[in-house]
Amino acid sequence: ALFISFNISAKCSYRFNNANIKINIYLPILIWWLIYRESLMHIISGHNMTHRDLCGDSSSTTTDSASPVPNSYESLEGGGYSGTSLRSPPAGVPAKQAPPFGYNYPTMHPAYQQNPAPKPNPSPSHGGYNPPGYQPYSQPFPSLSELSSALGGLGGVSELEAETLRPVNLLQERNILPPKRAPPPEPNLSNDLRKVNCSPDTFRCTLTNIPQTQALLNKARLPLGLLLHPFRDLTQLPVITSNTIVRCRSCRTYINPFVSFLDQRRWKCNLCYRVNDVPDEFMYNPVTRSYGEPHKRPEVQNSTVEFIASSDYMLRPPQPAVYLFLLDVSHNAVESGYLNVFCQSLLDNLEKLPGDTRTHIGFVTFDSTVHFYNLQEGLSQPQMLVVSDIDDVFIPTHDSLLVNLKESKELVKDLLNALPGMFTHTRETQSALGPALQAAYKLMSPTGGRVTVFQTQLPTLGAGLLQSREDPNLRSSTKNVLHLGPATDFYKKLALDCSGQQIGVDLFLLSSQYSDLASLACVSKYSAGSVFYYPSFHHIHNTAQKQKFQKDLQRYLTRKIGFEAVMRIRCTKGLSIHTFHGNFFVRSTDLLSLANVNPDSGFAVQMSIEESLADTSLACFQAALLYTSSKGKRRIRVHTLCLPVVSQLSEVFAGADIQAISCLLANMAIDRSISSSLSDARDALVNAVVDCLTAYRANGSNIQPSGLIAPAALRLFPLYVLALLKQKALRTGTSTRLDERVFSMCELKSQPLQQIMRMVHPDLYRIDNMTEQAALHLNDSVIPQPPLLQLTAEKLTREGAFLLDCGSVMYLWVGKCCNETFIRDVLGFQNYASLPSNMTEIPELQTTYSERTRAFISWLLESRTFLPAFHVVKDDASTKTSFFQHLVEDRTESAFSYYEFLLHIQQQMSK
Amino acid sequence: MEAAVFILSLVDCCALIFLSVYFFIITLTIITLSDLECDYINARSCCSKLNKWVIPEMIAQALATVLMLVSMHWFVFLLNLPVASWDVYRYVKVPMGNMGVYDPTEIHNRGQLKSHMKEAMIKLGFHLLCFFIYLYR
Repeated sequence: ALFISFNISAKCSYRFNNANIKINIYLPILIWWLIYRESLMHIISGHNMTHRDLCGDSSSTTTDSASPVPNSYESLEGGGYSGTSLRSPPAGVPAKQAPPFGYNYPTMHPAYQQNPAPKPNPSPSHGGYNPPGYQPYSQPFPSLSELSSALGGLGGVSELEAETLRPVNLLQERNILPPKRAPPPEPNLSNDLRKVNCSPDTFRCTLTNIPQTQALLNKARLPLGLLLHPFRDLTQLPVITSNTIVRCRSCRTYINPFVSFLDQRRWKCNLCYRVNDVPDEFMYNPVTRSYGEPHKRPEVQNSTVEFIASSDYMLRPPQPAVYLFLLDVSHNAVESGYLNVFCQSLLDNLEKLPGDTRTHIGFVTFDSTVHFYNLQEGLSQPQMLVVSDIDDVFIPTHDSLLVNLKESKELVKDLLNALPGMFTHTRETQSALGPALQAAYKLMSPTGGRVTVFQTQLPTLGAGLLQSREDPNLRSSTKNVLHLGPATDFYKKLALDCSGQQIGVDLFLLSSQYSDLASLACVSKYSAGSVFYYPSFHHIHNTAQKQKFQKDLQRYLTRKIGFEAVMRIRCTKGLSIHTFHGNFFVRSTDLLSLANVNPDSGFAVQMSIEESLADTSLACFQAALLYTSSKGKRRIRVHTLCLPVVSQLSEVFAGADIQAISCLLANMAIDRSISSSLSDARDALVNAVVDCLTAYRANGSNIQPSGLIAPAALRLFPLYVLALLKQKALRTGTSTRLDERVFSMCELKSQPLQQIMRMVHPDLYRIDNMTEQAALHLNDSVIPQPPLLQLTAEKLTREGAFLLDCGSVMYLWVGKCCNETFIRDVLGFQNYASLPSNMTEIPELQTTYSERTRAFISWLLESRTFLPAFHVVKDDASTKTSFFQHLVEDRTESAFSYYEFLLHIQQQMSK
Repeated sequence: MEAAVFILSLVDCCALIFLSVYFFIITLTIITLSDLECDYINARSCCSKLNKWVIPEMIAQALATVLMLVSMHWFVFLLNLPVASWDVYRYVKVPMGNMGVYDPTEIHNRGQLKSHMKEAMIKLGFHLLCFFIYLYR
């Protein structure tokens, strides 16, 4: 119970619900008791009086306690629209509330309505909603009427909508891929709201037009959900320090740009519609240093803000940054040589570890025993303490195993220098991961923090030992894949214990054999950690993997980190969240407990519409992440997203965000494959497309019946689903190791949307003939913009060189007859034959050709946090299968080509 | 003759006692689940509380069923059988990595909380019914 403020809020918002539920529970018991009494009475004396009395009693109790529910909401909402008009509004605010939309058009610039497709960066004359001297009366506060009228183009179907609804015959359209990665669809809001709305990189909804009712949503057959990347690295973030953080008194929503100010002193919550007071402090605007402008405060001007929280938001002093490294030092681990890479990397980044003067660090190594390191300041060298009792592991000494990094820096450096050499001749092949984790838990539980585990094999000793479950002969079976779930609940329990003590566990698995990642990953999954997997890692034999490990470690060690975090996602009354995806523990209905939060993890939630949204025109979602920064400050990052509510099925289709839908479907499919079976999950994915397109066909009457018709907004749906079916996580028939499959599942569930999309449907470019045409010019470097190509071998030519960007890995495929200038000027070799088969980087050559290519690649990597592994693939090398498996539109032995898949869908639809 | 009636009523009495224990269990389930729904307790403690009662509930139900079979109350036996088999099925079907029938990491997902609640309600109704059958038989 560390975060009382969040809990209180939940209790408040559920109070009414609760009354209802308690009645539900007690009623049957009461009835039972009554009847029981009755029967007793009957038996004893046949007396009827008591029974009648009691009955009257019970019915009155029921009505009494049931009635507050609607009543309270009534008072909360102020009786809907009429209620607000009862209050006398101050001068300047129209006394009568406008109807939801289409009424206030005169306040808009006339040109706006004729504007065909609202531009992303509109000119100020279109944007300002309060141009001086234009409006007949000035309206100081964006009242509800304005907010609702602000829904652009709802009077009729706008041209933008018409474009996204344009029917596309998928069977005839060959090149459906846009030349550039398509931006997410813009919600159909006014420019003012759109300008302040949350960035789609942070917060995305699968349907940018929220359907009004669950029935409408069911008709569209599309999943409704949110994809979040809340702790993303931001370049610009307004940070607010104030004594009172303004929140709705009823639902505890943070004040945001989409609330409406009724007058100077009152604001109306956009999630529960309660009218709240504006506190005095809020009247002063620290940015403009003026008084009396609550609507100009940064909280109301930005949909992403960060508050410095006061002591109300903590139950204990903010914890220091504490890092514990748990290293496998068995024979297998030493053989792979990861220790050297890790120690070097940590030595290089020791200064850059996020933290302040209180930062603590510790090391534990394990093979068949657990070794602790005493790094107490003042010792001449690190002391190793061995605990061989792994059945009941204990902490040998309490205060000197986790030491202040600043004070014991020299000892830590000594240890890191010595560690790789200490175990070079070990004969120990066993691994006691479970006891080591228990030790780590005991060591960390007073403070909380981050545990980083490096494991190279199956744990074979002590608690949590695992058996090999993979049958290599079944790797490519088309039948069911077994063992996708954990084999034991040990790791899950441990993760929940860790989560309770604010310990996050990150897992680096570097192994060549099966290590049962399905079980091991649980330790990170439920403690909000991250999982990294380097199959067949070896420091000499697999340089690509080693480089990737180095790059990942560099980012991992230096990236931002938040401790003891919780995230709550609130949505407009009527919407509710029913399923969560990602690495965390769902502590209560809408509270995610995140022991650690890192900037590279994404989350997804599925939602349902419980009550009709007919009386509102905007739906809002707010994600609030409360965390302790590495500097020991308690902070709250708040993101708010606002979307229009629509009543027509065609509008729902028009607003579909196909990338978000695909990602959410991927998450759902993975859940299904674990809880049910892989083939079920695959069928469900195909059915998702079939159902959606059938719904679209049934809706549109003016569409020619032949062909496979999809609205333009959904034209990539079948392609993305096909790509999903060919992912390592979900494919069948192609040989896939169980660990790699499970890792792919972990990635799909915990990565942010952009990363998943690149993984599922990589970008293919031809880069040997890039011209400066349409190139970007960014501070005197020229970045060519080659068009995206369909993922099919048909687009590859022997004369070309192609770049395939899969997010975590990049391939440069060089054709047999690739022009020699490219090979010489970019790759630095004389001809195709002299190219080595295991090139992992592009040399920095001083030719324009090379510079242009490198500029393009580094532009692609610009916003990436983890740098991808790079492979140069020759057309004849054995590595080319790993390149060709990403060409998802092509037929493989066991999977459809894109065209076959379309025909399959058409066939299913006509059934 | 007298002895047979005596044994029969004894058996019935036993079943009743089991049922009332049971009643307690079922009621507990509903209250705990509703507490979870309202955020009064966290998922971890809720689930560990409920998982403790899964096996006793199963045994009690199985015993009641067996007693009915022994006393040759065919109708009541057939009434009890599906519930007993559902209890056993539900227990056997728990995946290996889960922490019991109620898993804290999954209870908030995919409407599981609601379905558990529904199940407990149905059982409550069933036991009410049984109670009267036993009482007035």
